[in-house]
Amino acid sequence: MTRSQRQRVLALTPRDQLEARWSALGIDHTHRRVRGPETGMAMIRGRMGATGNAFNLGEMTMTRASVMLEEEKALGDVLGHGWVSGRDHRHAELIALIDACAQQEALRERIDSELIAPLTEELAARHAEASRTAAATRVDFFTMVRGE
Amino acid sequence: MYVAVKGGERAIANAHQSLADRRRGDRQLAELSVAQIQQQLRLAVDRVMSEASLFDPELAALALKQASGDTIEAVFLLRAYRTTLPRLAVSEPLDTSAMRVERRVSATYKDIPGGQILGPTYDYTHRLLDFMQLAEGEVPTPARAEQALEHCPQILELLDAEGLIEQENDDGSEPYDITRDPPDYPVDRATRLQMLARGDEGYLLSLAYSTQRGYGRNHPFAGEIRLGQVEVEIFVEELGERVCIGEIPLSECQMINQFGGSREAAPQFTRGYGLAFGHNERKTMAMALVDRALRAEELGEPITSPAQQAEFVLAHADSVEASGFVSHLKLPHYVDFQSELELLRRLRRAHAADQQAAPDEEDSQ
Repeated sequence: MTRSQRQRVLALTPRDQLEARWSALGIDHTHRRVRGPETGMAMIRGRMGATGNAFNLGEMTMTRASVMLEEEKALGDVLGHGWVSGRDHRHAELIALIDACAQQEALRERIDSELIAPLTEELAARHAEASRTAAATRVDFFTMVRGE
Repeated sequence: MYVAVKGGERAIANAHQSLADRRRGDRQLAELSVAQIQQQLRLAVDRVMSEASLFDPELAALALKQASGDTIEAVFLLRAYRTTLPRLAVSEPLDTSAMRVERRVSATYKDIPGGQILGPTYDYTHRLLDFMQLAEGEVPTPARAEQALEHCPQILELLDAEGLIEQENDDGSEPYDITRDPPDYPVDRATRLQMLARGDEGYLLSLAYSTQRGYGRNHPFAGEIRLGQVEVEIFVEELGERVCIGEIPLSECQMINQFGGSREAAPQFTRGYGLAFGHNERKTMAMALVDRALRAEELGEPITSPAQQAEFVLAHADSVEASGFVSHLKLPHYVDFQSELELLRRLRRAHAADQQAAPDEEDSQ
């Protein structure tokens, strides 16, 4: 799993859910903040007619954080980064911390199988439920035969 | 022109207390929470975010609470807050074709791949007041189909495949950004869409309506309207690739309009486009109609109506600017007005003198 794949799942998971699953893992790394967490904005771009030239739609709040693991000096500096929509500093910092930990050979597999995999499943389940709710409002047309 | 005045501090402080008191209302009733506004007045929240040009549902709900529900004041508050934040990123252009669809309808084709999906809509409600809402009651969970939705391709792609409609292709050009540089008329379509996206819904709705009533008619069909969640990606140097940072609800309207064409090009349907944060369907329909109207010059149509005049339409679309300039009339204009009074008195004295100098003029005619 790539860092950007993890980042996506972590950003799309509500923070309390992420916090609960992460602490259940019991990975206890002390880390130091290198940048942020800081809140700012991302300019959101759309496309004319969905496929054409880009235009600026408007901005969205976002938060970013970068952390360094403290006790891994021997292995060199391990930097982790996190980005998330909204203003939740803790969420961005958690993503950065998990990103940093997942760069450790010893932790990567556990993070992917015990954290990212179940979160991916939960995300898919939420999406499926939303999709089935929408599907219940799908119109079934009956063709009316004229002249009857 | 207004001039600065001093004093009134106590009156201002007391007025603000009085406002807070009105905002709170009857203390016997529970106070409205920002979370309740965010959850239960979603469409108001979406409108505020759209016109403030800042997506943040909690802050939009806070702005609505602080503004006692005054949309334009709430838009102003959120727009002002926006100026305090640094810009950290620019997103990759959103891929609305990959939207997790919650609603999707087409008025041009009955049977479409993926189907017509009504979603959470006020359409087909009877617009009768529902007195059950006066009572507190449980709301059942919505029905869920067995199967998830099929893929919902963009309807206009169907026409695109036949060459019946203008193609929208990306030439890679960097869009103008009115938050960095003020618009310089005439403006290109990217600038117009940015300005329309933050434009006041009521204003755009009226202009759109004017085109339907014949002032710049462009024969529209709602090719597709969709509402749903779209993932936002930014490119990050740290990883050297795009990353998803969240998803936002969006409304999109693809309007199909009557033909363009020339000696060289065969007649084709033309297009208007509307896109907005949140559930803002009416806004995106109006935006698409006005976008199409503003393409008159590009498409070689005579410019005869207000909705086709870009500078007129765009320079007056922003409610923050409009309410600011209208509201400034409340500020002290005492000196200005004194000079007007002085001038008027002088004119009247001159008029009276003229009358006295020629008293019989009327009689003699």
